[in-house]
Amino acid sequence: MQTTLPTTVGIPAEEDRYELRKHVTWHRFRRHKLAFAGGIVFALTILVAICANWIAPWDPNFIDQAHWSGYPLAPGVAGHILGTDENGRDLLSRLIFGARISLTVAIFAVTMEIVLGTVLGAIAGYYGGLIDFTIMRITDVVLSIPLLPLLLVLTAIVAETSNKAALNFASIVLIIGFVSWPPVARIVRAVFLSLREREYAEAAKALGNNDSRIIFRHLLPNAMAPIIVQATLEVANVIILESTLSFLGFGIQPPTASWGNMLANAQANMAIAPWAAIFPGLCILITVLAINYLGDGLRDALDPNMK
Amino acid sequence: MFSFVVRRTLLNVPLLILISMVIFIILSNAPGGALTPYLQNPHITQADIERLKHNLGLDQPLPIQYVHWLGKVLGGDLGYSTSNSETVTQAIFERLPATLELMGSAFVFSLAIGVTFGILSALRPYSWLDYVVTTFAFFGQSMPVFWFALMLQLAFAVYGIPLPEGYKIQLPSASMCSTDACGFGDRVEHLILPTVVLSLLFIATWSRFMRSSMLEVINTDYMRTATAKGLSKAVVVLKHGLKNALIPLVTIVALGLPGLVAGAVVTETIFAWPGMGRLFINALTQFDFALLMGYLMLVSFLVVLFNLLADIAYAWLDPRVKYS
Repeated sequence: MQTTLPTTVGIPAEEDRYELRKHVTWHRFRRHKLAFAGGIVFALTILVAICANWIAPWDPNFIDQAHWSGYPLAPGVAGHILGTDENGRDLLSRLIFGARISLTVAIFAVTMEIVLGTVLGAIAGYYGGLIDFTIMRITDVVLSIPLLPLLLVLTAIVAETSNKAALNFASIVLIIGFVSWPPVARIVRAVFLSLREREYAEAAKALGNNDSRIIFRHLLPNAMAPIIVQATLEVANVIILESTLSFLGFGIQPPTASWGNMLANAQANMAIAPWAAIFPGLCILITVLAINYLGDGLRDALDPNMK
Repeated sequence: MFSFVVRRTLLNVPLLILISMVIFIILSNAPGGALTPYLQNPHITQADIERLKHNLGLDQPLPIQYVHWLGKVLGGDLGYSTSNSETVTQAIFERLPATLELMGSAFVFSLAIGVTFGILSALRPYSWLDYVVTTFAFFGQSMPVFWFALMLQLAFAVYGIPLPEGYKIQLPSASMCSTDACGFGDRVEHLILPTVVLSLLFIATWSRFMRSSMLEVINTDYMRTATAKGLSKAVVVLKHGLKNALIPLVTIVALGLPGLVAGAVVTETIFAWPGMGRLFINALTQFDFALLMGYLMLVSFLVVLFNLLADIAYAWLDPRVKYS
């Protein structure tokens, strides 16, 4: 942003007011200590995921045959800080690479669902009438089918179409993104219903702007607060969804490590290798908890009136 | 009121038809469609497949297949489950009691604990108790259900955390009972862990919601009036406050049903609970078309039904809602 000389007297200039609002939001966010901590934890997780290649002590798919003899190695044995899984692969390295998969799936899927939900919700709210009716009935239909069974059926169909290996990163992202946009659409629609009645919307229209410009340039920036909050909370939801799918065998397929599929065999081996059951879930819990606190703080900071 | 109920009910009929169409189209898009299980069987020849296709009406256009399916469903016939070698209706009704037992107990447990936590937390906002409840709620909402189940099994089965004398919690893969007699005590012991696992998320969401709902009510004028009349604190809170604070909870509870269904799928899989969720997962691995269709329709129907009931209950409980 360009810096302008502050106007000396009277009402603050538009950009000063913008600065002020940003300052207030930041201040409110900082006050929410747990949200701030959550943001830091989330940022660290992202950093770990990005730097996975450099910080993972082992190759995540390397089977340590020199030490492994059919039983998972305990934490600390033979340089495996958190031990190995039942196949003799380093648990810590798999967790680090798992972070990469779980986070990228979540971030891509949420981007897709936010874009879909925002566009459809904005169109429904702005135009109203038959368009609104149609889009809202579609949301009703999707929301009436319980999400997890629906996702499981869709992933099973993809697996059925070719083989389980087709259930890769891209298909999981597309499936989750394609099915989970309705709550976003409902929220955005509600905001747009009230925004389109505002004077500046009418003014923009009177000035001869076309609809898409009014929707995306004039109204959307004012609907960003609830969208950002929802996007944050959705990242947490999608991490849980993806890990549940992978745990049940209908998500990311082995040998690629994801926090969910690392737990798939954990139940059978729990008596001999409790560490393999504890750590992946702990990673999910900590990350999701951090994001939920972050989302809560963002909600307080951006939009104190929101429920 | 009557016309309101009728109108709301009728509005859901087209919704259910749309839902069934969407599910039907999705499932028919599987490469083998309803024939997938047969295609996977090496003993079935191409000629058999063609005959099956013709007999099952699968060589006809999709809309006609759908109308056939709808006609049969309205007559109470959900088709034949290939993974269970019985009709879908039989397969579902055999497992329904187990699922209802689990979902029902989790529902009652979550509601009781969630409402209690919410009230306690709202009565003393920002006290240590409130912080404990709020923190618990955040953990509950962030907990992956399957991992929570694994950790409880680890704690009680592997590490054998001692329980008070006389108490017993039955462990994983033990199904619903240990003996064929399946006595009441036996069933309860088996129910405890799955119920706790399934309830966690709902205790968390409902207690948070109850807290904010109760906080709003506590600051109203009628609560002050009730206190000023000299009523005891318990009467004020429970009779005047709780009754009003519970109204908005009705909607949230009804909206929780899809989550309860999803949670039951995971919980039943981990605890080897012989319910519909496990039936669904089995049907999924073998792509049992009729059963998947039947299961998805049944759970979607329940979701629509609960939303309807919530609408009606809300209108009935809150006299400010107009039946227009």
